[in-house]
Amino acid sequence: MIAFLIRRLLQGALVMLTVAFIAFSMFRFVGDPVTNMLPQDATLEQRTELQERLGLNDPLPLQFGHFVTNAVQGDFGISYRNQRPVSDLIAERLPATMEMVFAAVVLSLVIGIPMGVYTALRRDSWLSHLLQGVSLAGISVPTFVTGILLILVFSVWLNWLPSFGRGDVVEIGGWSTGLLTVSGIKALIMPVITLSLFQITLIMRLVRAEMLEVLKTDYIRFARARGLTNRAVHFGHALRNTLMPVITITGLQIGALIAFAIITETVFQWPGMGLLFMQAVSFVDIPVMSAYLVMVSLIFVVINTIVDMLYFVVDPRLRVDAGKNTTGA
Amino acid sequence: MTEHNNTSPVLDVHDLHIEFDTRHGALKAIDGISLQIAPGEILGVVGESGAGKSLTGTAITGLLESPGRISGGEIRLEGQRIDNLSQDELRRLRGRRIGAIFQDPLTSLNPLYTVGRQLIETIRTHLPMNRAQARQRAIELLAEVGLPAPETRIDQYPHQFSGGMRQRVVIALALCADPKLVIADEPTTALDVSVQAQIITVLKRLCREHGTAVMLVTHDMGVIAEAADRVAVMYAGRLVEVGPVADVIKHAKHPYTQGLMNSIPTILHDVERLEQIEGSMPRLTAIPEGCAFNPRCPHAFERCRVERPDLIAVDEGAAACWLVEEGATPPPQARATADTLVDHHD
Amino acid sequence: MSTVTQRLNDDWRRFIDSDLFYSFRRSPITIVAFVVVVTLILAAIFAPWIAPHDPFDVSTLSLLNSELPPAWVAGGDPAFLLGTDGQGRDVLSALLYGARISILVGLASVAFAMTLGVCLGLLAAYVGGTVDALIMRIADVMISFPPILVALLINGVARGVLPPEMQHDAVIFVLILAIGLTTWVQYARTVRGSTLVEKNREYVLAARVIGLRSRSIMAKHILPNVIGPILVVATVNLAIAILIEAALSFLGVGMPPTEPSLGTLIRIGNEFLFSGVWWVVIFPSAVLVLLVLSVNLLGDWLRDALNPKLR
Repeated sequence: MIAFLIRRLLQGALVMLTVAFIAFSMFRFVGDPVTNMLPQDATLEQRTELQERLGLNDPLPLQFGHFVTNAVQGDFGISYRNQRPVSDLIAERLPATMEMVFAAVVLSLVIGIPMGVYTALRRDSWLSHLLQGVSLAGISVPTFVTGILLILVFSVWLNWLPSFGRGDVVEIGGWSTGLLTVSGIKALIMPVITLSLFQITLIMRLVRAEMLEVLKTDYIRFARARGLTNRAVHFGHALRNTLMPVITITGLQIGALIAFAIITETVFQWPGMGLLFMQAVSFVDIPVMSAYLVMVSLIFVVINTIVDMLYFVVDPRLRVDAGKNTTGA
Repeated sequence: MTEHNNTSPVLDVHDLHIEFDTRHGALKAIDGISLQIAPGEILGVVGESGAGKSLTGTAITGLLESPGRISGGEIRLEGQRIDNLSQDELRRLRGRRIGAIFQDPLTSLNPLYTVGRQLIETIRTHLPMNRAQARQRAIELLAEVGLPAPETRIDQYPHQFSGGMRQRVVIALALCADPKLVIADEPTTALDVSVQAQIITVLKRLCREHGTAVMLVTHDMGVIAEAADRVAVMYAGRLVEVGPVADVIKHAKHPYTQGLMNSIPTILHDVERLEQIEGSMPRLTAIPEGCAFNPRCPHAFERCRVERPDLIAVDEGAAACWLVEEGATPPPQARATADTLVDHHD
Repeated sequence: MSTVTQRLNDDWRRFIDSDLFYSFRRSPITIVAFVVVVTLILAAIFAPWIAPHDPFDVSTLSLLNSELPPAWVAGGDPAFLLGTDGQGRDVLSALLYGARISILVGLASVAFAMTLGVCLGLLAAYVGGTVDALIMRIADVMISFPPILVALLINGVARGVLPPEMQHDAVIFVLILAIGLTTWVQYARTVRGSTLVEKNREYVLAARVIGLRSRSIMAKHILPNVIGPILVVATVNLAIAILIEAALSFLGVGMPPTEPSLGTLIRIGNEFLFSGVWWVVIFPSAVLVLLVLSVNLLGDWLRDALNPKLR
């Protein structure tokens, strides 16, 4: 297990290095950083001075080395657009995105898994057919359309919920949370529904497909042949085996949610990292773009490592050193 | 072997029909099968794959899945009709009165639970025991099937067992609640040849000790010769021959059975070449007129091509062949090798 | 001549009798989806002829006609069936042209991704070794990032690299490139998987033994066998491609308002939302959802029909 953990961390480091390289290339070669960072009427001295300060005259490998060293310390340079350290901008926006994504993950698991289990077990009931149909509609409705419809109904027509922003937030040790105020919670409702709707249907379809697959396996047929009750077969045996791959997908989906948050945040003007990123894209604010990329990749790598750890807890085949305990017939 | 004949059978299948609903209409997979198994008797069911052996076993345990369905006939267990029971009644029957052993021990056990957990849950489903009693019984069962150090191995996961050991666990699971009948579907096919004999020995011993009747489904005549009291030979969804194992092996009546016997290799006798039955079993959609075997039968005559024979009693068994009715036992093709197969039976 | 008709006739009969057509006929919802997709594609192709107005001809626009509701709502004008937007543009006409661009980008990026993916997949399976490892590692990394993010990045980089004066003309190609590069992985994986299975089949070995070149072996023997799964992936990916394009355009980094796709139209409509002008945003959204849903339904059906054991 230790060996596995080390290998996993090395892999993660490699991925991060690759991402850092892409981010660095973007910074260095997409547009001219010096022109981007200085006002239009900058003098030649100012240019040379900045070029020197950014180390743009150093050999490329050295520049990349500096970039990585700085990035590890959380220094991604200065935003072209608002001339502030990128790390500050990200730190300000991170809590908003994480709260929304976390709430969406919880919501999609809590609703998606039971729906998937139900449709797999009662394949021919009318509710299953309905849920299957609705789920297909669910993956066909783009996030932004969902958001717009919600705003139209609940903000414009009914005027129940705010259509933009986070409401009132409370600062707790540098983390701004909207979960402690009524307006914060109200502001969270529509973005979270928007973000999770697609995930709910995805998880439901995944759980259903996986469960149907598991229900066909020999050990489930054998469990039935042993006369176990349907409850024991379905929830004692099939469900646990079904949820194994669901763990992986959920891990991947958290990453996807962070990406989808870009759209949701744009629709609801939610002050998170996604909105920051979109603003950076439209102004070709490369330092912010590369910092976002590195940040999101880091979250991916961390989540994937956690998922792999979870497998050890859930699957006994990984937990025990198989070769050592097997005896010949 | 004859001692079972006057007691009432544990299993009595009468004129069983199984159909599959397809868009081209119903396909007959099992077409009128009747068989009995006496208490403590081991009935071997043989035939090529696709003959309907496993399907019959599945139907008896009530695990037939759509689009397959029982379209006629009766199944009786200890005199009680079970083919028309509700799902829940069938569920109570399974594991309690009918045990099942599947082909592949590697996939029969849930990889995420210890064998102990799987044994205990089965025991407690059927017998009024608390956890500690059930665990005690599970350990005894594991010891009975010949698992070394059952006290420690009970807490291990299936992947920590070899194939043969897992099949022993599966046997223990089937015998948990002392069922009257065990359906063993190709219990040795997935195992190493060296382990097959051990598993058969364990199965045979336990069933003798517990007085359990067994329906042993296999395509391996060696296994049948080793373990069975009587044999039922299936071909294209029908029984073609039934009889005591020694009779069938030594003096097969049906040309198909003869073909099967001649295709068994043996190490004790030099044979110049193994016989094989020409052609292959018809698909369910294209079962020929008359006797289903007639296109492959070396002795087929006009009647075989138009009229289908039912089982005709002869000696202690029966065969579905017009040759039998005509009194003309087909020319003996059986080789001396058949004797070696039944050695242990006398 | 008669043999040709005969053969066509035979082919047709075989098709009618096939399981594929049978399952199609049996599923009314699939038929509806098929009709919707075909209608939308025809409407998109013939948009210049059937659209009641030319939404891009500024001379015909009049601000007097701006923000008219749909014809059946009070205040609506029968000339503008689905109403007009803030510049007096006919929503229905804009919709037809928008669907045209959305479908065009969708189909083109699927074609691009399919070509790329199939080639890389075949290459990986056939050459094996380092090439295989390299291609599949890249695929692994690509697939672990959400498509929308990858597309945004490729799109962003392309914009940074291209000189500003070219950006407007190139935007549609940039979109196709970005979406194609984002979605090739599934094709590559599918083709690689099937090829590895087929590669060791006897008929391929036999073709090798009689001296056929490996490329013609691939073309003749392997491709026909992977066409089913590829078709399923392509259908599902058409829906995904259309969605990614719509999302990019909605975010303002896709098609510009002068040449709007459905996503751009929704973006424009979104700005009118708070004045209660719902029709500018609702109709493009509805068409987009209808299109994607129908394509998804077809994909679902195709997958089940070609792979009955999954049912």
